[in-house]
Amino acid sequence: MDAEETQEAQEAMQLRERIKGEAKYHAAPPRLAARILASLPEDPAEIPRSGWRWNIAWVSSAVAALCVLALGLGMFLTLPNADDRLADDVVAGHVRALMVDHASDVASSDRHTVKPWFAGKLDFSPPVFDLTAQGFALVGGRLDYLDRQPVAALVYRHRQHLINLFVWPAAGDAPLRRIERQGFHLLHWAGGGMNYWAVSDLNADELMQFRLMLEKAAD
Amino acid sequence: MDASKTRRFEAVVLPHLDAAYNLARWLTHSDQDGEDVVQEAYLRAFRFFDGFRGNHGRAWLLTIVRNTAMSWLEDGRASSATREYDEERHAGAHSDGPEAQLARKDERGQVNAALKKLSVEFREVLVLREMEDLSYREIAQVAGIPVGTVMSRLSRARKEFAALLAKEDGNGR
Repeated sequence: MDAEETQEAQEAMQLRERIKGEAKYHAAPPRLAARILASLPEDPAEIPRSGWRWNIAWVSSAVAALCVLALGLGMFLTLPNADDRLADDVVAGHVRALMVDHASDVASSDRHTVKPWFAGKLDFSPPVFDLTAQGFALVGGRLDYLDRQPVAALVYRHRQHLINLFVWPAAGDAPLRRIERQGFHLLHWAGGGMNYWAVSDLNADELMQFRLMLEKAAD
Repeated sequence: MDASKTRRFEAVVLPHLDAAYNLARWLTHSDQDGEDVVQEAYLRAFRFFDGFRGNHGRAWLLTIVRNTAMSWLEDGRASSATREYDEERHAGAHSDGPEAQLARKDERGQVNAALKKLSVEFREVLVLREMEDLSYREIAQVAGIPVGTVMSRLSRARKEFAALLAKEDGNGR
C-alpha cells in the first residue's frame, strides 16, 4: 500500500467516526409502526390476538379443522423443544420493546438506580452492570414475562443497536448456546443461579463480546 | 412453526423499521416524506414477502425503501413545503428517554449539514455504510450497482463529504 492509499484509508476511518458519532440517526417515530400495521391487508389465516373480528361460521369451521388435525396428527406432532420456544418468545419480547419505543420502564444508565427498581417487583435480584466503559451502555430496565414467570429485562446499547438481556433464576448451570432467529442473534447461558438470554440485531461477534464483558464484570 | 404471513412479516421486517426510516429520512430530507416512503415501502415489501427467503431481511427491506424513495424523488412527490424544523430548538419537546437524550447529544450541526448537501447517490452509500454498517455487497444490492462501483462511489463520496465538512467546520467554529 503506498503512502497515498494509507492516507486515504486513515481519512476514511476519521470520517466514519465522525458520521457515526455526529450524524443524526433518525429513529422511526413510534406512531409509524402502528400506522404500517394498520395499513397491512388483513390476513385471514391470522389467529386473532385481540378481539373477535371473524364471524361464527369461520370460527366454527376453524375449530372443526383444528379438532380433525388434533385427532389425526396430535400424537405424532413434534413439538419444538423448550429452548426453541423460549428463543421465539425472547425475540418477540425484543421486537415488542423496539416496536412500541418502550425499551425501559426505568430509564437510567446508573446501575444503582436500575437494580433497586426491580427490588419491589421481582422476588430475585438480577445482576446489573454498567458496561459503558466497555462500549455497552446501560440504558435501563423493565419487567417482561418469559417461561411462565416475570423476568428482568435489562437494556444495553452498543452503537445504534439495543441489546435486551433477560434474566431470571435458574435451577442449574447451562452451557452457552448461540442461536440465530429471524435475523437476530441470541445467546443463552445459565450460571451463578441465573438464566441469561441476550438478544440483539448486533452481529454475533459483538454480542459474544457483550457476554464476555458481562462475565468479566461479574467476577 | 406455521406463523401466518402477517406474523412472519412483522417478525422479519418490523425490527428494521429504524434503519428503514433513517434511510428514507436521509434520502428525502423530510419527516413527512420519510414516513410516507417507509409506509409505501412496507406495503410493497408485504406484497413481495412471499418471494422472500432467507435471513437478510434488513438488506432486502432497505432495497425496497431505497427504490421507493428514489421513485418518490423522481416523481417530484417530495412535499413542496419543507416540513423540517429547527431540531435543536424543538428537541426539548420530544420524549425525554435516554434515547432522546442520546440523540440530542449527537445532533452536531456540521456533519449533518455536510451530509445533507451531498448528492443523493453519495449520501445513500455513506448512510448505508457508516450508519447502518452494511457490507459492500449489501450496499451493491440496495443501490442496484456492482460491488466495484460501491467502492469507488464510497471513495468519491468520502472526498466530497470531507470537502463539504471542511467548509462547514470553517463556518461553524
